[in-house]
Amino acid sequence: MNAESAPRRNLTKYFNFWNFVKYGSLLLLLVFLVYPFFSVIIHSFLDSDGGFTLASYKTFFTKPYYYRTLWNSLATSGLSTIFAVLLGVPLAYITTRFNVYWKKCINMLIIMSLMSPPFIGAYSWIMLLGRNGLITNLFAKMGITTPPIYGFGGIVLVFTLKFFPYVYLYVSGAMSSIDRSLEEAAENLGSSKLKRVLTITMPVIMPTLAAGAIMVFMSSLADFGTPMLIGEGYKVLPVLVYEEYMSEMGGNANMAGALSVVIICCSTAVLLIQKYVVARKNYVMTALRPPIVEQLTKGKRILLTALCMLVAVIAFLPQIVVIVTSFIKTNGPIFVQGFGLESYEKIFYKLSKNITNTFLFAIIAIVIIIVFGMLLSYLVVKKKSKISSALDLLLMFPYVIPGAVLGISMLVAFNKKPLMLSGTAIIMIIAYVIRKMPYTIRSSSALLYQIDPSIEEASINLGVSPMKTFFKITARMMAPGVLSGAILSWITTINELSSSIMLYSGKTATISVAIYTEVVRSSFGTAAALASILTVTTILSLLLFNWVSKGKVSVI
Amino acid sequence: MSHSVKICNVVKRYDDFVAVNDISCEIKQGEFFTLLGPSGCGKTTLLRMIAGFNTIDGGKIYFDDKVINNIEAYKRDIGMVFQNYAIFPHMTVFDNVAYGLKARKVPKSEIEPRVLKALDLVQIMNLKDRKPSELSGGQQQRVALARAIVIKPGVLLMDEPLSNLDAKLRVQMRTIIRKLQRDLNITTIYVTHDQEEALAISDRIAIINSGRIMQVDTPATIYKKPQNTFVAGFIGTSNFMDGKIEQIGPDGVARIKLDAGFEFSIKLKKKYEGRVKISVRPEQFIMNDSGESGLPGEIQMYTFLGDFANYEVKLKNGQIIQANEYTKDIDFVREIGHKVNLGFNPEKVSIFNEEGTEVLS
Repeated sequence: MNAESAPRRNLTKYFNFWNFVKYGSLLLLLVFLVYPFFSVIIHSFLDSDGGFTLASYKTFFTKPYYYRTLWNSLATSGLSTIFAVLLGVPLAYITTRFNVYWKKCINMLIIMSLMSPPFIGAYSWIMLLGRNGLITNLFAKMGITTPPIYGFGGIVLVFTLKFFPYVYLYVSGAMSSIDRSLEEAAENLGSSKLKRVLTITMPVIMPTLAAGAIMVFMSSLADFGTPMLIGEGYKVLPVLVYEEYMSEMGGNANMAGALSVVIICCSTAVLLIQKYVVARKNYVMTALRPPIVEQLTKGKRILLTALCMLVAVIAFLPQIVVIVTSFIKTNGPIFVQGFGLESYEKIFYKLSKNITNTFLFAIIAIVIIIVFGMLLSYLVVKKKSKISSALDLLLMFPYVIPGAVLGISMLVAFNKKPLMLSGTAIIMIIAYVIRKMPYTIRSSSALLYQIDPSIEEASINLGVSPMKTFFKITARMMAPGVLSGAILSWITTINELSSSIMLYSGKTATISVAIYTEVVRSSFGTAAALASILTVTTILSLLLFNWVSKGKVSVI
Repeated sequence: MSHSVKICNVVKRYDDFVAVNDISCEIKQGEFFTLLGPSGCGKTTLLRMIAGFNTIDGGKIYFDDKVINNIEAYKRDIGMVFQNYAIFPHMTVFDNVAYGLKARKVPKSEIEPRVLKALDLVQIMNLKDRKPSELSGGQQQRVALARAIVIKPGVLLMDEPLSNLDAKLRVQMRTIIRKLQRDLNITTIYVTHDQEEALAISDRIAIINSGRIMQVDTPATIYKKPQNTFVAGFIGTSNFMDGKIEQIGPDGVARIKLDAGFEFSIKLKKKYEGRVKISVRPEQFIMNDSGESGLPGEIQMYTFLGDFANYEVKLKNGQIIQANEYTKDIDFVREIGHKVNLGFNPEKVSIFNEEGTEVLS
């Protein structure tokens, strides 16, 4: 009897701290993630008097104004995914298998275009190809009319250029981790080069390629800023969610709720496909001998380099455009000849609150993300239990949720006492933490999996209690992973638009919200100056990330 | 002074699976005790129960007279060497070894000389400022050893510490470990699946299979007097042959007839009737070209190994037997197809009951 009950008592003492973390974070997630979602789902089944109804769904599926947005969303996301694959795969093949020049530079440009503020692409392409765009005007002078950038075509163009880096980065990772012997074996068995690529290389990287394509699809589906700016009359789901909610302000978010449920269903379906169909076929490989990089003749080498650079530069172009235009002299909202700092003067005079808000909220959010991210990834990886796997699932859920939907759910849930949070800075910070924590958790977990459990046991064995061991040994060893993840969380937080636009009030507006409102007011100069601040911060943070992670942690 | 360890009816269950099934044994103070068994037999589970990383589901473990079941792992005062060394990668060699001393709040002035002495004992004083990533496997192993002994632990536990080293280094390290253990007189429990290593290094060995102890004895006794067919088969090579007791006299002398066609008499320690299993080591056979007393057979295959030659001999009942012959005794090699006669000394071989669970001779 004694021997049976005693170890159990011991065990509770042993894991006390972790139990606290476990149940504490479960409670927080239930309150700030699960509860809001249920609120939205419930709201979608309510009429304006609070009774049960399917009216919202009926309206959605019968009225073209509504159901067309679903089709539009799927069409733009689907087509962008196809283009992203067509662009990303050959580019990845070229940079991993041939000795093109400036590989690092090409990679960095592509990573930067992925991590750029979400709507900068749309904004810049309007600056170039819009009604009064640089290129449009240039061609107009020559008497050529360029096709309009607004609507379907523009959305697909921007999505493709912004999200193809997912395909590129995933595939080039897989390409360089195929062991040389695999292709050598195929060659040895008498298959030609093309046949080798089609029968060995492509099938092996297929799961990774699919994972990249799904990231493109999901990101496009969730993106709000791009279609909002460049779509004009062409509406996609997240835009409709925003408009519906704004027009229902003060009332019930019933229709917006129903739309949110539709989006969540779509992205969950895609994610499940990824998890159960694609991920199953994954081939785990650690390249002992990376594939041969083919040495090209000088002419071919220059040609391929130029091709890669062209794609990378076009993808990066929006950020150059933004920075350049931020220095163009303006007269009110209109650009005039010559360069100057008026735009910056204006934003520091008018919009300095947005800048401080952005960095203040982001810093607070990151501190919370680092603390929770570290503890939670440890729980999920090292203290496996039913609750910790439930936590894992819940924590990854925000990946699936578009920011606009998260924003609405939080508004619906926290617009009444006892948790009256709408309009406060707190609600924005909470949204950032929930939405951006997965980056930190994923990168810390990746590192934790590599830490052998016996390292901790060695410390405990030498007389250091488990909790002290966590801080003295494990936390130290996790640090690079946590830090790299935190930088990614940071970059995506300062650039966050879709949830901010739902949650901000006059006092809590951030830079990205200000960019959006300035663009809507056609004040392109100030918008460019604000966007430049974000872009430069992002680039500096990415450089820091590269330095911290030493290439061991991937941005995706 | 290190502890003696007493393990009493210890049990470990994982759901329906019993990993450690009612194990009892005593390890004397200063003894080098090895847990030997195939992978998955429960030896590492038992070691981790002693270390405090696995809970004890039944029974008790004592250090001297103190039950340690409820003492937390970090208070047990045990030194442990892990299979993959578990060196803290962010600390220098010196800091790794000093870690346990700092945790014990040993005065600063004492830490340095003790660490240096430990490093000296394992002959890596020159590496004290290196980072673990700059060390070879063998060097990391020495750091792990120094880190475990510097705290003067009550018990030293080693979990397959040599399995990641190459063959030559393994032999070198095991000599260092053995010498160190003797000089410091630390009670040591050592887990391995390598029988040669166990025989070479241990004072006593516990052979474990499916969570149970099969035999606890000195290396020589384990080899020469296995208590059951598992031990006989696990340690070294054994040829098992079936037979039957034809008759047994009042003096205990039994007449045993082997199925392969040979009869012999032997005095049994226990009264037993019916079928038996005998186990003969390859080197116990005496090989003749012809003769009456022995098993007739035909050579199927031979392997010349320098100091001895190994033969596969097919017996009359179709069974294939391994037999060795020292090359110093003969100046020719027996060719495939040769008829031979295999004799043996009944006093030296092991005779078991039919199930192989009990030794009779």
